[in-house]
Amino acid sequence: MTLVHSALERTTERPARRQTRRAGARSPYPTWFFLPAGVFYLVLFVVPTGASFWFALTRWDLYSAEFIGLDNFQQFFREPALVKGFVNTFVYAFLTSGAKVVLGLALAVLLTSQIIARGWLRSVVFFPVLVSTIGVGVMFKVLLDPFDGAVNTVLSWVGVTGPGWLTDPSLALFSVAMVDVWKGVGLATLIYIAGLVAIPQEYYEAARVDGASAWQNFRSITLPLVRPATVTVVLLSLIGGLRSFDLIWTMTRGGPGFSSDVIGSVIYKQYQAGFYGLSTAGNVVLFVVIAVIIFPLSRWLNRKEVPL
Amino acid sequence: MRRRGVALGSVAVVATAVVFVVPFVFVLLTASKTQQDALDLDFSLPTRWALLENVRTVLATNDGQLVRAFWNSTVLTVAAVAIMTVLAAMVGYVVQRRRSRWNPVVDALVLAGLIIPPAVVPTIWVLQGIGLFKTMAGLIAVHVAFGLSFCILLFRAFVATIPRELDEAALIDGAGPSRLFFSVIFPLLRAVVVTVVVVQAVTVFNDFTYALYFLPGADNATVQLTLYNYQSQGLNQWNLLFADVLLITIPPLIMYAFFNRQIVAGMTSGAVKG
Repeated sequence: MTLVHSALERTTERPARRQTRRAGARSPYPTWFFLPAGVFYLVLFVVPTGASFWFALTRWDLYSAEFIGLDNFQQFFREPALVKGFVNTFVYAFLTSGAKVVLGLALAVLLTSQIIARGWLRSVVFFPVLVSTIGVGVMFKVLLDPFDGAVNTVLSWVGVTGPGWLTDPSLALFSVAMVDVWKGVGLATLIYIAGLVAIPQEYYEAARVDGASAWQNFRSITLPLVRPATVTVVLLSLIGGLRSFDLIWTMTRGGPGFSSDVIGSVIYKQYQAGFYGLSTAGNVVLFVVIAVIIFPLSRWLNRKEVPL
Repeated sequence: MRRRGVALGSVAVVATAVVFVVPFVFVLLTASKTQQDALDLDFSLPTRWALLENVRTVLATNDGQLVRAFWNSTVLTVAAVAIMTVLAAMVGYVVQRRRSRWNPVVDALVLAGLIIPPAVVPTIWVLQGIGLFKTMAGLIAVHVAFGLSFCILLFRAFVATIPRELDEAALIDGAGPSRLFFSVIFPLLRAVVVTVVVVQAVTVFNDFTYALYFLPGADNATVQLTLYNYQSQGLNQWNLLFADVLLITIPPLIMYAFFNRQIVAGMTSGAVKG
C-alpha cells in the first residue's frame, strides 16, 4: 500500500551510464517489456480519460455525440441536488480521512505497546479490510436499522432512543462515513504500525533518561517520526474518500433524498438515466477535484519532512 | 508495566470484540436462522440451526446463479491478477534497471493511474468499440488496466534489492533478455509477487463498482453483484442474504488465513520508506 507516497517521492537513482542508441538497442532490458502493459493502460485508461474531456462537452448517447459546450457543467453546478453531491464528497473524504489518521494512530500505538493478545488484536482490526464493501454495507444496513437494528436495540437498553442512522437526512452521510472508517481503519493501523516499529528505540531510551512523560514522548518523538506514515494514510484515504461510491450506493443509494449523494453516486445515477454526457462531466469534475487537492497536498506534505 | 499491559490489553480485547467481532457474529447468527426467526434481526440464538439449509437455498436460487457467479468471480480474479502481475513485473523491472527517456513517462503514468479516477462511461464506449463490453474478457482487461499502477510500484521498489551482478552472470551464460527476466529475475520476485497477488486478488474479487458498470446482467454476474441484486429485491429473507454475505467472505478469509504474515510484511515493507 505504498501507493501515492512513495510514487510521489523523487526516486533516487544512480546517475545513468550514457547509452548510445546502439547500446540501447542491445540492452538486456528491452523497452518492449513496456508494451503489453502499455497497451492495456493506453486503451482502457488513457484513451477513456482523454475522451472524457471531449464527451463531457456533449449530449451523448454512446453512439452519437452532439457538442453543447459547457452546458453539462452549468447544469451540474446549477442543480442543487448535484451541488449537494459535490459538497458531500468533501465532507465525506475529509471526515473519513481525519478519523482514520486519529484512530489508526491510536490503535497502532496501542498495538505496538506491551499488551496481551497483540496478534489477535491486529488480526481482528485488519480483517474488515478484506471483507467486500458490499458485504459490509449490507451488514451495517441491517445493524443500523432504526427499528429492529442491533445498534438501536442496544441503545434502548440504556434508555436512549437511537436515531434513524440511515433514514435521517442529516445523519445518513455521517453514518456511512462511520462505517467507512470501521472498514478502513485496519489498513491505516497497519501502515502506522510499520511506521512505529521503524522508529529507533534509542530515542525513547534517551527520553526516559531525561524524564519525559508518556505524552511528551508521543508529542516530540512518535508524532514527528511517524510522519511518512501519516502522509501515506492521509493521501490514501483522501483519494479513496473522494472517489467513494460503492459503500454509499449499497447503504443509502445517495438518499434519503439527495442527502448522502457524492460525486461517485451522481455519476452513476446520470449514467443509469442515460445522461452519458452529464455523467462524464461529473467524472471530469471529480478528476479536477482530486487533482487540485491531492497534488499540492502531497507536495506540501512530502516537503515538510523532519530532518533526522 | 506488565500489569498495565494486561489491563489495557483486556480492555482492548473487549472493545475490539464489540466493535469488530460482534457484527460478524450477527451475520453468522442470522445466516443460521430460519426465515421467520431472522425477521427479528436480533442477537438471539437461532431456535433451529438452519445454516446448511440456507446455504443450500442460496446456492440454488435463480437456477444456481450464485454457483455461476462464484465461477465467474474465480475466472475474473485468476485471469486479471495473473496478467497484471506478469505485465507489471516486466515494467517494474525494466524501469528500475535501465534509465531511458521512457522512465519519466512511465513514472507519470503510474502516478496518474493511482490518483485519477477512471472515466467510466468513456471506458464503456471504448469497450463497445473493441467489442468487449459486457464480456468477461472486457472486465478482466479493465481490472488489469486499473490495477497495473499499484503493482508496478511494488515491483519497482523490490527489483532494486536484486543485485545487478545476477543479470550480468546470466548474460555471460548466454541468456537473452526474455530468458533473463522470466527464468532468473521473475522467480526471485516471489516475495513481492505473493503480496501483489494477494492484495490484488482480494481487490478484484471484492470489486463491485466495475462489475456493475462493465459487466451488467444476471448471467455473468460476479458474486458481489449477486449480493447486490439480492439486496435490491427487498425480500425479507435476511437469513439468505446473510448466508450469501458469509459465503462470499470465505475466499478472502482463506487468503488471509494463509497469507496473513506475507500480506502484512509485504505491505509494510513498501508502505513507509521515510
